[in-house]
Amino acid sequence: MTALAHDSDGETLAAVTRRPRAARGAGRSVLIGSALVYLGLFVLLPFVVVFGEAFAKGVASYFASLADPKALAAMRLTLTVALIVVPLNLVFGVASAWAIAKYEFRGKSALVTLIDLPFAVSPVIAGLIYVLLFGARGWLGPWLREHDIPILFAVPGIVLATVFVTLPFISRELIALMQSQGRDEEETALSLGASGWQTFWRVTLPNIRWGLLYGVLLCNARAMGEFGAVSVVSGHIRGLTNTMPLHVEILYNEYNSAAAFAVASLLAVLALMTLIGRAALDARAPELRRTTLPSPNT
Amino acid sequence: MSATALPTVPRARRVLPGFGLTLGYTLTYVSLLVLLPLATAFFKTAELGWSEFVAVIAAPRVLASLELSFGAAAIAALVNSVAGLLVAWVLARYDFPLRRVVDALVDLPFALPTAVAGIALTALYAPSGWLGRWLAPLGIQVAYTPLGIIVALIFIGLPFVVRTVQPVLEDLDAEVEQAAATLGATRLQTFLRIILPALWPALLTGFALAFARAIGEYGSVIFIAGNMPLRSEIAPLLIVTKLEQYQYAAATAIAVVMLVVSFVLLLGINALQGWSQRRLGIARTT
Repeated sequence: MTALAHDSDGETLAAVTRRPRAARGAGRSVLIGSALVYLGLFVLLPFVVVFGEAFAKGVASYFASLADPKALAAMRLTLTVALIVVPLNLVFGVASAWAIAKYEFRGKSALVTLIDLPFAVSPVIAGLIYVLLFGARGWLGPWLREHDIPILFAVPGIVLATVFVTLPFISRELIALMQSQGRDEEETALSLGASGWQTFWRVTLPNIRWGLLYGVLLCNARAMGEFGAVSVVSGHIRGLTNTMPLHVEILYNEYNSAAAFAVASLLAVLALMTLIGRAALDARAPELRRTTLPSPNT
Repeated sequence: MSATALPTVPRARRVLPGFGLTLGYTLTYVSLLVLLPLATAFFKTAELGWSEFVAVIAAPRVLASLELSFGAAAIAALVNSVAGLLVAWVLARYDFPLRRVVDALVDLPFALPTAVAGIALTALYAPSGWLGRWLAPLGIQVAYTPLGIIVALIFIGLPFVVRTVQPVLEDLDAEVEQAAATLGATRLQTFLRIILPALWPALLTGFALAFARAIGEYGSVIFIAGNMPLRSEIAPLLIVTKLEQYQYAAATAIAVVMLVVSFVLLLGINALQGWSQRRLGIARTT
């Protein structure tokens, strides 16, 4: 990962200008040392133990747990959900950022807060509200049952709950980015005779591509890893409505620890790849990180 | 930004096309997926009536779970405020080998699915685990106690403080610190009188974000908590339990209490971020 530091002029320049005030001496070592110990104990160790436990019964057992039909079904479902959720929130993210960043209108800040709301809602409550809406005793439950449309305890419910918890990721990334870019370039393109769509595809999209990728990366990581919301709406039907995180829970509760950690290790690798992708994007477009503030439930 | 528009263009005529389409789509999407589902929670609770609502919330088991969720979240956010400040300081001010790897590592709790974090922390702190076996002889039991809940919430909350404080530290003007040093201030005085006051808004924002995330957290907590009613049962878990017993109204009542607190926190965080930006004089977009 350190190699990434050198493949961009932006980063090396920032490194030179940003840290001129490094104090020397014992205080510095003590501070760095305690920060590293803290991060090692509270962040790195939980990550490492996943792999330690996953291979506790040996390599053969590890791969056997992954090849289990129920585990494979869980992987398929998780991929399917992400493949539906990410494009939905991608289109929403671009549309909302276009409206919010390029125009002034009344109630804009209320709309931005509304888009951020899912970050402030507990995942369990995100699941609960869909149960209230679509459950057997919910508002639409009886109608859905009459027409034989399965939503709760089926894939559509999992997709809806996941869309809810990941809704802000791409949108807030693009709003910040497009606000900082303004609309001069688009207006120039239009005045030169480009159509609206041409302007979007040839001017706006190239300008926001790294921010878009950044948002997709985070949205995808959360969509594949979401547990609380999905757990409430899925009904835990093995092989049918179990995503990978839910499968991990079931295996763990059955005292099948090694198998649980084996499936968990795939999710840990996904997290690692997300971080590496993020670091690569940071090196390529350093302004991205500066425009984004973290939010609850990110 | 809007000031750059030509003054001759009437306000009603939009230069860029697509406003109606994108705003309409955005409003429909948000209304159907966020506003309508959230509103059902409030309507469902309204069915209860005030006295029933109070009875649900005032039940000892519910009160205990709310107290635990808010209390543990506050302690964890406090620990993260101190530790997060330390980590942000080290990352912003010092250069050391693998600094960029360590910097990326801070985001791991964001990226690691909560269920994975939950079972990993449990494995670490269980009496036979890598850390638990060293703590057990000292009489400290972490897993399956409220202490375990705090440890899980510390894990998931760390990035919030670091990522709000770090950019502010990087932007702080070095000249002010140098001036303080020239005037005879010790390093501790400079930190307490110059740096810390400038950091307060960011530190508070980080605390609020970590706290807001921690009160609703579910996946990383339930494995390590032990989940004993009245002792180590968090509010989100109690919501799930009530749902499984088909007590929809009770589950929703607890959810509404948590939602209201979350909304207040969200508004507070927005105000804090505005304050923080004005104080720093940085036109950072949110």
